[in-house]
Amino acid sequence: MSNSPYVIVGAGPAGVIAAETLRTNNPVTPVLMIGEEKEAPYSRMALPYLLAEDIKETGTHLRHTDGHFDTRGIEIRNDRVSAVTAAEKSVTLASGGTQAFSKLLIATGSHAIRPPIPGTDLPGVENCWTLEDARAIAAKASKGSNVVLMGAGFIGCIVLEALAARGVHLTVVEMEDRMVPRMMDQTGGAMIKSWCEAKGVTVLTSTRIEEIAANNGALKLTLGDGKSLDADLVVCAAGVKPNIAFLEGSGINTDTGVLVNDRMQTSDANVFAAGDVAQGIDFSTGANEIHAIQPTAADHGRTAAMNMIGIDTPFQGSLSMNVLNTLGLITSSFGQWDGVAGGDTAEITDNDRFRYVRLSFQDDVLVGALSLGMTQHVGVLRGLIQSKVRLGHWKERLMANPLLIMEAYLARTQGSVFGI
Amino acid sequence: MQKALLIDPEKCTSCLQCELACSFEQEGVFNPAKSRIKVFEFEHGLKAIPYTCTQCSEAWCLHACPVEAITINEATGAKEVNPNTCVGCKVCTIACPFGTINYNADSGKVIKCDLCSGDPACAKACPTDAITYVDANWTGYDRMQEMALVGHGRPAKGAAQ
Repeated sequence: MSNSPYVIVGAGPAGVIAAETLRTNNPVTPVLMIGEEKEAPYSRMALPYLLAEDIKETGTHLRHTDGHFDTRGIEIRNDRVSAVTAAEKSVTLASGGTQAFSKLLIATGSHAIRPPIPGTDLPGVENCWTLEDARAIAAKASKGSNVVLMGAGFIGCIVLEALAARGVHLTVVEMEDRMVPRMMDQTGGAMIKSWCEAKGVTVLTSTRIEEIAANNGALKLTLGDGKSLDADLVVCAAGVKPNIAFLEGSGINTDTGVLVNDRMQTSDANVFAAGDVAQGIDFSTGANEIHAIQPTAADHGRTAAMNMIGIDTPFQGSLSMNVLNTLGLITSSFGQWDGVAGGDTAEITDNDRFRYVRLSFQDDVLVGALSLGMTQHVGVLRGLIQSKVRLGHWKERLMANPLLIMEAYLARTQGSVFGI
Repeated sequence: MQKALLIDPEKCTSCLQCELACSFEQEGVFNPAKSRIKVFEFEHGLKAIPYTCTQCSEAWCLHACPVEAITINEATGAKEVNPNTCVGCKVCTIACPFGTINYNADSGKVIKCDLCSGDPACAKACPTDAITYVDANWTGYDRMQEMALVGHGRPAKGAAQ
């Protein structure tokens, strides 16, 4: 059975990077990537820019060179895997038949969910998750139309930017008490809200949508306070769930996603998982968490591929982090931005200029950070957290002025010649 | 033999010629705010460290890019941003642990050091040789990169490009 290919289920970033890594490091074993969508492998990250008409569909593609996959000997098949029989090292295909594998990578990502609200199945209610969704939104979100965005989480806020660029009348409805509650605290969330409102977007936080109803070819939404909203289009950004239903009965351990160890290996030694579907090691806590972000998908894909080949490659865990642009206001979050027990927190806030930086420390090590209105050198926040640089006397300087992050980093990594 | 920028902070006088040269070469203006090399000052400018991308082999920015907008220039080894492909999502700016790839709001794209296609303007402009462009296997450069990388977990060896 040594001729069986490496099989990758899913053709998103984690799957593609794994396929390329397998090919680079093992030119012998065939690589088969099975993708459910009838598209060239593309990035969901790029869909907002397609909606904003900054790019064409080809601009969303993960790879741009003609024959990129063919020349590397990576076969892409359009099909859906309906079951995994790990003991027989085989997967069942929705089109019929089975496919044997030598090692299997589950990189099936996640799907958009609709909240349990009456009317979310009506025409005119769209997700914004796949290329097909983006086409449907583009067809309906014309200049001057009334659009309601359900959910102001990270994905909702990325879509917000794209919808605003299309010149629609936009209302955002968020159940929780602030925008991007998973990546921003009250201070930052409030600043994003007032920024968006100043740009002409109506933002309703702590607001539920009770019902969506058809209304003369358009839609009418009833809110928790009894008020209503008219909409030509409702875009649903109410969250995503990992695609793990096909693993039922496979014996592969799952929780919210597929549970993996620090080699990206599942409970079956021949089966690995990567990307948004994988509940992998969190750098900050050591627990199994899903970090549905591009850098984690890339790290997972590479690490899984190396271990599938048999080149033992541990993974130090992924850092939860995000960067967001809401109508020109740029925010980022890293690690344990909400602080840790017994740790210190430093903040600097300038409401008028929409600037905010918050740093969280454990002893003299940075463990989390938020930034708002900062575009220069933000990556060094990741560097400080992930390299666990001991800040020494620079911690006190950062407590006094959190903007000195680059200086602290340089002083503590390269400043020894000066004794700074 | 590929070359690399070697930075010797002890020779830096914080004159900012490198920043002016970089912004002029890359953006056509003399404006340190648009420079891809940045001089960080300590103790009121008495000590200074010029800082830019080391073209690290881990290439965090390249691997984090969702649309393959960052590629390696085979001649110089520089990781270069293709502005026609970059969508401006900024994921690379949080992925790079050195903070040396940054968003430029004017263009809506990210910018980083590209070694000026093998003739870096900063090194030519530096009057004190604090910035030089030397063979990449010069040990001082390795040492600098090692220092910059202290403790960083690295992507799997043999990572696909």
